[in-house]
Amino acid sequence: MNVAPKRDSYDVVVIGAGPAGLAAAATAAEADLSTLLLDENAGPGGQVWRAIASTPVTERDRLGSDYWAGAELVRAVRTSGAEIIQRATVWSLDRHLEVGVSIDGASSLVKARRVILATGALERPFPIPGWTLPGVMTAGAAQTMLKSSGLVPDGQTVIAGQGPLLWLLAAQILRLGGRIDRILDTTERRNYFAALPHAFAFMTSPYFAKGLAMMREVRAKVPVVTGVSELSAAGDGRLATVTYAAGSRRETIPAELLLLHQGVVPNVNLAMAAGVEHRWDDLQLCWSPALDHNGSTSVEGIAIAGDGAGIGGAEAALVRGRIAARAAVEALAPAAAATLAPMATFRASLAQAERGRAFLDTLFRPARQFRIPSGDTIVCRCEEVTAKDILDAVAIGATGPNQLKAYRRSGMGPCQGRLCGLTVTELMAQARGKNPQEIGYYRLRAPVKPITLAELAAMPKTEADVQAVVRG
Amino acid sequence: MTKLADAIIVGGGIHGCSTALHMCLAGMKPVLIEKDYAGRHASGVNAGGVRQLARHVAEIPLSIRSMGIWERIEELVDDTCGFESHGQVLVAENDAEFDACRARVAELNALGFTHEELIDGPELRRLVPAVAESCPGGVVSRRDGAADPARTTTAFRRKAAALGATVCEGVAATNIRKEDGLWRVDVGADSYAGPVLVNAAGAWAGGIAAALGEPVPVETVAPMLMITSRVPHFIDPVVILRGRKLSFKQFADGTVLIGGGHLATPDQDRNETVLDWRGLAISARTVFELFPVMRSATIVRAWAGIEARTRDELPVLGPSARHSGLYHQFGFSLHGFQLGPGAGAVMTELIANGGTQTRIGDLSIDRFHRSTP
Repeated sequence: MNVAPKRDSYDVVVIGAGPAGLAAAATAAEADLSTLLLDENAGPGGQVWRAIASTPVTERDRLGSDYWAGAELVRAVRTSGAEIIQRATVWSLDRHLEVGVSIDGASSLVKARRVILATGALERPFPIPGWTLPGVMTAGAAQTMLKSSGLVPDGQTVIAGQGPLLWLLAAQILRLGGRIDRILDTTERRNYFAALPHAFAFMTSPYFAKGLAMMREVRAKVPVVTGVSELSAAGDGRLATVTYAAGSRRETIPAELLLLHQGVVPNVNLAMAAGVEHRWDDLQLCWSPALDHNGSTSVEGIAIAGDGAGIGGAEAALVRGRIAARAAVEALAPAAAATLAPMATFRASLAQAERGRAFLDTLFRPARQFRIPSGDTIVCRCEEVTAKDILDAVAIGATGPNQLKAYRRSGMGPCQGRLCGLTVTELMAQARGKNPQEIGYYRLRAPVKPITLAELAAMPKTEADVQAVVRG
Repeated sequence: MTKLADAIIVGGGIHGCSTALHMCLAGMKPVLIEKDYAGRHASGVNAGGVRQLARHVAEIPLSIRSMGIWERIEELVDDTCGFESHGQVLVAENDAEFDACRARVAELNALGFTHEELIDGPELRRLVPAVAESCPGGVVSRRDGAADPARTTTAFRRKAAALGATVCEGVAATNIRKEDGLWRVDVGADSYAGPVLVNAAGAWAGGIAAALGEPVPVETVAPMLMITSRVPHFIDPVVILRGRKLSFKQFADGTVLIGGGHLATPDQDRNETVLDWRGLAISARTVFELFPVMRSATIVRAWAGIEARTRDELPVLGPSARHSGLYHQFGFSLHGFQLGPGAGAVMTELIANGGTQTRIGDLSIDRFHRSTP
């Protein structure tokens, strides 16, 4: 049973209970700071350790040993004294460090002295022709079903895209007896050469051996087509076929399910709505917050840890969570900081966890044609805006994503740009001959997750409201 | 280098863009300077109300002038601007408020204004079926409506540029001065010079006026708005309340815009606002009580635009009392959007012809200086 936060204000509010958030909350609470951990899911773990406390999958090797490492950290947080609220949707954060949160259909506002955002990553949009058809979904959505319910595909299934998570998901599906008919690998051939200078660092990273073994395991069971340079989905009202081109080969194959994935990008919505400055990352091709070495943002009191700070994977996320929390402890309770592991230890662990990241970023840099669509391909699903619509708006004077709202309403639907924002920025940058930094991003507005009018209306009145009315 | 223009307009909101467009129609070649982009602040993110209803008597002539332009807006700017005319209705929630409505309409009629019409309970519920049974009546202005503010401001800017206005976006006007009989303004590496300067800089206009020795009692405010998910169509006119702060409008796509003037904290230097959720909660409670159909709707976005509010909540419109060639067009105090098209036309008449038939004398800047020693 969920209840509202016990207090009106906390030393530290951590948002998100993936590796970064769990580590941050545990560290802050162990130093005796009043700590609130808010998480949107039914249980802790985030995406990488989703359903870690409740998964029906009991045979450990099927999800891999990295998955089960999460259980240890969950135990640590639960005994740390942190107040943990699951199914808590944070819908607002501002530069006064006031957090709007919805729990069990009731909203409240809590104040923090420090906020650590650990809202993780989102899958990058994959706007190919037909990507909005029923039967096409993201690999991440499939993984969520697999982890929380043990559900795997049993019809004709095609997985297309690239990146470590694509291979991980494929391995997990196969181990649980699911069906995959074909994997269409969209990694650009030239990326292998570009990534070569980073290969040595990667080979000494913890991901190397695991990644190689996983790919070998999948390739033994599923035909893999590499060098896929064109991709589209088609069907009458639902997915029926997938068409691809690889080199001189072009083929149309039947499919009931197409799982798309081309990497993850920071989930920036809450941070941007709070006014945190972000910059375009030319390597990872996404917006990342401007951070100092402790994860502190341009907004006083707000830090970001985990993949929301720039994609780094679960191990890096965990360490960044500890660093951000230790910095908060140093600021709020310097004496207590002495009880924690020294910052230098964390920084050494982070360097180790980040080894090989440049290799992965370079190898799995998504190809331009899969990021920047053309013609009738839908860009904004909420308002059904096509690539051509956006180019037409640019031609009559729309200069950036915010002006585009006036022409096409793109980004104004319920997803608040999560499914179209990167595409719109890159598409407009290409059309206007500018770089994405100059084009900018949607100005994001709270509530970053919808709340009902009834819930807002029922929000408890504070002492200050009552006084305001009396003053009239 | 210095470029010459017939007029320099500072501020690319609906007012600056409208003045630029009307100047072009009068054969002038203005330059419009906007530090962000046209419609970035209040002009692009306001409620879009096209309202003659419930205005201060001093600005009614300007509002009526503007309404005539709104009704042929597509001819003027080649875009419908999303303008729809389903009327605006002021709801009285009790008998005392209804009495005040009756007195107001009588006052306007005595002054010769007929756009506001008193309506009884049955007519109110015919126009706004969802309103609570307890409301005794209200006032309607039937030609009023609403438009899409960002689209409108953008359309004025685009048409002005097409007719020969120079539009500079993304660079602030600095070092505003008068030298050798000409107004001069630096815009990045360039300078513009011209015989006329129009101060239409919205929340930033008060600072410009003060720097030119003509301070006005004006503050920066940020009225909040929120929009809901789509709900089944249930209301056509824009609804405002007589007693409580609320404005309410359903769009063709079913989404509902809720406003009414609760304020966010503006941060003018950062181009930002910090929302006050307690204020928005009050608006939500008002809607919850008045329109039960809205209770399950979700709030998808809330925001606030930065603008200027004068002490008497009336705009400053007309020539400077201190400098020749300087004109002010700012301080619209949360209700300037509908006035934009008309104010641009009037401003152009003042500049090109030296006078206007539209009565705007009560909006002049010297009203703030008459009684001070």
